[in-house]
Amino acid sequence: MKYLDEYRDGKLAAKIVDEIRRIQTKPWVIMEVCGGQTHSIVKHGIDQLLPEGIELVHGPGCPVCVTPLEMIDKAHAIARRPDVIFCSFGDMLRVPGSEGDLFTIKSLGGDVRVVYSPLDCLKIARANPDKKVVFFAIGFETTAPANAMLVHCAKEQGAKNVSILVSHVLVPPAIASILQSPLNRVQGFLGPGHVCAVMGYREYEPISARFKVPIVITGFEPLDLLQGTLMTIRQLESGRAEVENEYSRVLDRDGNKPAQKLVFSVFEIGDRKWRGVGSIPKSGYKLRWEYREHDAEKLFDVKEIDTKEPDICISGLILKGIKKPHDCPAFGKECNPQHPLGATMVSAEGACAAYYAYGRHLEREKRDQPTAITAGGVA
Amino acid sequence: MCLAIPGKVTELYDKQGMRMAKVQFGGITREACLEYVPETTVGQYVLVHVGFAISTVDEEEAKRTYELLEQMDQLTELNAPVVEEIGAPKEKP
Repeated sequence: MKYLDEYRDGKLAAKIVDEIRRIQTKPWVIMEVCGGQTHSIVKHGIDQLLPEGIELVHGPGCPVCVTPLEMIDKAHAIARRPDVIFCSFGDMLRVPGSEGDLFTIKSLGGDVRVVYSPLDCLKIARANPDKKVVFFAIGFETTAPANAMLVHCAKEQGAKNVSILVSHVLVPPAIASILQSPLNRVQGFLGPGHVCAVMGYREYEPISARFKVPIVITGFEPLDLLQGTLMTIRQLESGRAEVENEYSRVLDRDGNKPAQKLVFSVFEIGDRKWRGVGSIPKSGYKLRWEYREHDAEKLFDVKEIDTKEPDICISGLILKGIKKPHDCPAFGKECNPQHPLGATMVSAEGACAAYYAYGRHLEREKRDQPTAITAGGVA
Repeated sequence: MCLAIPGKVTELYDKQGMRMAKVQFGGITREACLEYVPETTVGQYVLVHVGFAISTVDEEEAKRTYELLEQMDQLTELNAPVVEEIGAPKEKP
């Protein structure tokens, strides 16, 4: 209970935990989908606060984490070209590809720039008409409206030297893929709040009905996460499986219609590979044919790159909720944020990196040490 | 980078046919595109993700969320460099 006092409203948090304890009759496994939620859960120790038998497992909702190594290598191949200005969000810069990261490329003379908004690429392109400006368009549904607007404006303004390298993934197909796995343990989901601020939550309803699984769209404050967990357990205990909205102060069922409209005018749904997980059908966006002149994969003849992830890494199983970071023998040892071996360690929002950031690798070391038996009992 | 950051709209203007705003996040002011929440007025709070407002929120929600993101060290994207339009006058700090 050591974390309860740190909450804005410790009493309310304790009340929710008590209510979960009161209604719970059996063990349940619940997955939070969004990387921001994972980070908040681990930071605030919410998983450790819940009654025994309620297990939180951490889903694939960190966009940096699930960007495939092949795509990172493609990005690096483009960024190395002397005729290219390669633009990216800051958190992709330190993600290692097969040979170094974007920082290394920058230090070797590549023109790699961090941008705040994808629209910055238009300004960079106007200032550098003799260069090709390529933006690394990664992300989930939350980021898609921004990336779509860049392409829309580039076409409208005739900015022929602007293109994007698309690695966009979608939450609902990932949830369906997890539920279809024969090894699946997840019985309920905390849905991603900010993704649904854009997309609404209609598309989660058929998944909830088909797999008979509760999905509660949840924010990422400690009280939100506890309340979302309580709502999920209420459904599980009463045999209901519905989509509920814990985060109604920010979003509704329909989401942001103008954003969806532009996203679907620029992108269409296609198969995508997820790092650690593999290919999931219809799980991402690709540019529509009308925008092919702004598609970096078509413009730059980057060959398919063969990559190999270390055998020891179990990030795929972690992303599906089958394993936890502590189950990995490399966690916190040869795999750490400075030398990540796989998806869940490459960004602060990945489960392994969050566990590491909040000292949970040290807990394991403690646990791994042989327990000393003394005259007084277990020391 | 999957979370949006709340900020206060302090100025509205059109730029290249797009609805834009100055949005204040704590001590930092950045430009945001308001095309997806076009009804927003000065003084309202918006959730901004990579330079795009995706939703409006009330002041209390905005403050609470901002503080939490600050504690979680999730505000670094606000420090990304400002890209100036070539030939445009430098912004006053």
